[in-house]
Formats: sequence, C-alpha cells, structure tokens
Amino acid sequence: MKKKWITLLVIAVIALFFYSSIKGNYNKMVAMDESVASQWAQVENVYQRRADLIPNLVNTVKGYAAHEQETLTGVIEARAKATSTTIDPSNLNAENIQAFQQAQSGLSSALSKLMVVVERYPDLKANQNFLELQAQLEGTENRITVERQKFNNSAQAFNTFIKQFPKNIYANIFNFEEKAYFKAQENAEQAPKVEF
Amino acid sequence: MQKNLKYLVLIFLTIYSVQTFAQNFPIKPNPPKIVNDFANFLSTNEKQALENKLVKFNNETSTQIAIVIVKSLDGYDKASYAYGLGEEWGIGQKGKNNGILILVKPKYASEKGEVFIATGYGVEGAVPDAIAKRIVENEIIPYFRQNKYYKGLDEATNRIIELTRGEYTAEDYRNATSGSAGSAIPVIIIFLIVIIFSFIGRARRARHYAVGHNVPFWIALGMLSSSRGHGGSYGNFSSGGGSFGGFSGGSSFGGFGGGSFGGGGAGGSW
Repeated sequence: MKKKWITLLVIAVIALFFYSSIKGNYNKMVAMDESVASQWAQVENVYQRRADLIPNLVNTVKGYAAHEQETLTGVIEARAKATSTTIDPSNLNAENIQAFQQAQSGLSSALSKLMVVVERYPDLKANQNFLELQAQLEGTENRITVERQKFNNSAQAFNTFIKQFPKNIYANIFNFEEKAYFKAQENAEQAPKVEF
Repeated sequence: MQKNLKYLVLIFLTIYSVQTFAQNFPIKPNPPKIVNDFANFLSTNEKQALENKLVKFNNETSTQIAIVIVKSLDGYDKASYAYGLGEEWGIGQKGKNNGILILVKPKYASEKGEVFIATGYGVEGAVPDAIAKRIVENEIIPYFRQNKYYKGLDEATNRIIELTRGEYTAEDYRNATSGSAGSAIPVIIIFLIVIIFSFIGRARRARHYAVGHNVPFWIALGMLSSSRGHGGSYGNFSSGGGSFGGFSGGSSFGGFGGGSFGGGGAGGSW
C-alpha cells in the first residue's frame, strides 16, 4: 500500500517536471515565433514604404525627363512585381525569402538606374520636391537595412533557441521550423556600372 | 556528445555570420553624458553649453537629443554607424523611442567630414527625413564649412527642439518612474494577498470536490486550477523600464533610456 503511494508520487513528480519543462519552452517558442513574425511585418512595412514613394517620384521625374520613358516604365513594372510578392509570416523559409528578396532587388536596381538617368537633368536635381523625395528614399533604404538586420537578429535568436537540446525535440513535436535569413545579394548591393 | 558539439559549432557560426552590427562602438559614458566628444572637436565650454541645453530639454520632455563626435567611423557608412550606436546606447526612452542622435565625424586632411542625424522610431513623425536633410544642409554644414562647429550644432539642436517639443512630455514618464520607487511595493503586497486568498478559496473548493467525487485532494486541486482559465499575467510588472535618476538636480543627466532606432534620418558631408 505504502509502496504504491511512493510510485504514484514519483510518477507525479516526473510528470510535473516534464509538464513544466515543455510548457515553459513551448510558451517561449510561441513568444519568439511571434516576435519574428512581427519583425517580418516591420520588414514588409518598410518595403511598402518604399513602394509608396515611387508614384510620386515617377511623376516628379516625368515632368523634367519625359523621354526617359523606358527607365520610368521599368521602375513602375518592378514596383508592381515587388508589391505583389508577400510572404505569410508563418512560412518564413529560405525559398520564400529568396523570392521576396529577388522581387525587391529588381525594384532596387530599377531605382538605381533611374537615379543615374536623373544625373543628366540639372533642373530636376535642383527641384525642391525631388530633393525631398530623394531624402525620403535614402531614409527608406536605411530603414530597410535596419529592419532586415533586426529581422535577422530575431530569427537567429529563435533558431538558436529551438536547436538546443532538449528544445529541439519539443520544436519537432510542435512543428516549429527554422527561420531563414536575409542574405546580402551578390549583385544587388553593387553600384550600377556607368558606361560611356 | 559529438552531435551536441556540432550544434554548438553551428550555432556559433550562425551568430558570427549574421551579426554585422557588432562593431566597436565607443563605450557608453559613465557618469552619463548627452554630449560625447571623442575627437576633441568642441571646447569644454561649448560642450558644457550644449550639454546643459540638451539635458534641460530631456528633463522637460524626456526626448533625448544626443551628440556624439567620433574620430573615425571604422569603415562603416555613417547611417549604419549612427543607428548601431543609437541602438546600442539606447538613446531615447524605452517604449517612446524618442531619441535623436547627431553623429559627427570631423573633417581631417585626407577625409571628408561626415554628419548624420538619426531619428528614433518615435520622432520620425516630428522630424521626417526630408526635414533632417534640410537641417543638415542648411544649419549644420554651412557653419561647419566655416569651422563654426559649436554654432552649427547649436542651431541644429535648436531646430530639433522646436520640432519635437510638442511631441512628448516628461510628465507621464516622471510619474511612472517615481511610482516604481514608492508605490510598487504596496501594490505587490496587495497582489500577493489576493493570490493567496484565491488559492485558499480554490483549495477549499477542491477539498469539497475531492470528498464529493472520491478523488485525491491534490488531483482535484490540479483539475480545478487548470479548468479555470487563469492565463497568469502576473509577470507584467516592470514599471517605467527606464534608467533615470536625476530629475531633482535640474541639470544632471540620468542616462539613456533604452530607445530604439529604425533607420530614420538623413546626413551629409563637407
């Protein structure tokens, strides 16, 4: 009779131990997963901010450089492509991030082409409206860098957390998957080539 | 063991490959100062004048306008240096993110001078990028070109003060910090009493239930406590969150509050 109670007690203690270990780690994973998702929202937010600046920018440039139609169309098309690519934050795998990044870097290079073209129009470069748009665009590019960095940091914290023993087992059971990172792209970060 | 080691190495590698912000920023000054000149760019009197003005503004509004002058950007772009440093030092208040960092790298014989105004998340509205750009172009650089460094920074901070004055007040912040010292303890005690009482009540119900349903008392207790959706948000007790000390002294700076930067601002070079 007494033995039975001891066994029961031991089982209860072990069960309690497992329960609290799983509970604590699971809740932490949920919280970290949420913070990665919200940081991702922040990343999409700043990219959206850039996309929102473009119609205004294109209109301003059009007024001074109407025969750069090709470059302007390129920017508009790249913008359409970039805004149509979004990722569900519950699915932040390498493939999706790669696709997102590719769409956005298409816009980046279209924009940098535009900025090269603009150099030929001194009137435009002196336009107050254009100068302000340019400052906003620069600020937005900075924001993109910062938010991407923060996203990488929070994804890294999450990945480190779920890969450690014994959390890797729980992560497996509850289907928490590793998050992918933003990588610096080989071509996108380079300044466009100037050819004469 | 082998596998764990492999994981460890992997984790180590990911940390190293991802973190590019980890650079050698100057150490946060102790005692805290809002104007930090690591390059002997300003005279002692000029520094003191700016410090007094900015600390006073900080005490009135909780908005922190920090000036940092460094000898070198260590090969980094001025914008990312400014965000990294602002984030690392935590300029601005936590939650409000109302910090502004004016970063200056003086002009040397072979290098251009660089200046950047970085705005925290909370002041991006009051000081939009285009306005920051204008402050840099119209207030700072013309004076810096004439070697009137103090004048440039004085004018720039005056403009920023005008722009951000209405945005935040220190009042609610002061209440929060004084609350953490005085009134938090009674609140905690009351909380504990409430918890204890509810526990006793539950235990009594559990005993009742146990006797009625012929289950051991502790199981009944567990069943009851899990069936009541007490999500348990007792943890949320951090009051204030800042690290502010010297409000009463009038002109003593209590330190940076943990604000965050998201990439707002603009810069220029001369």
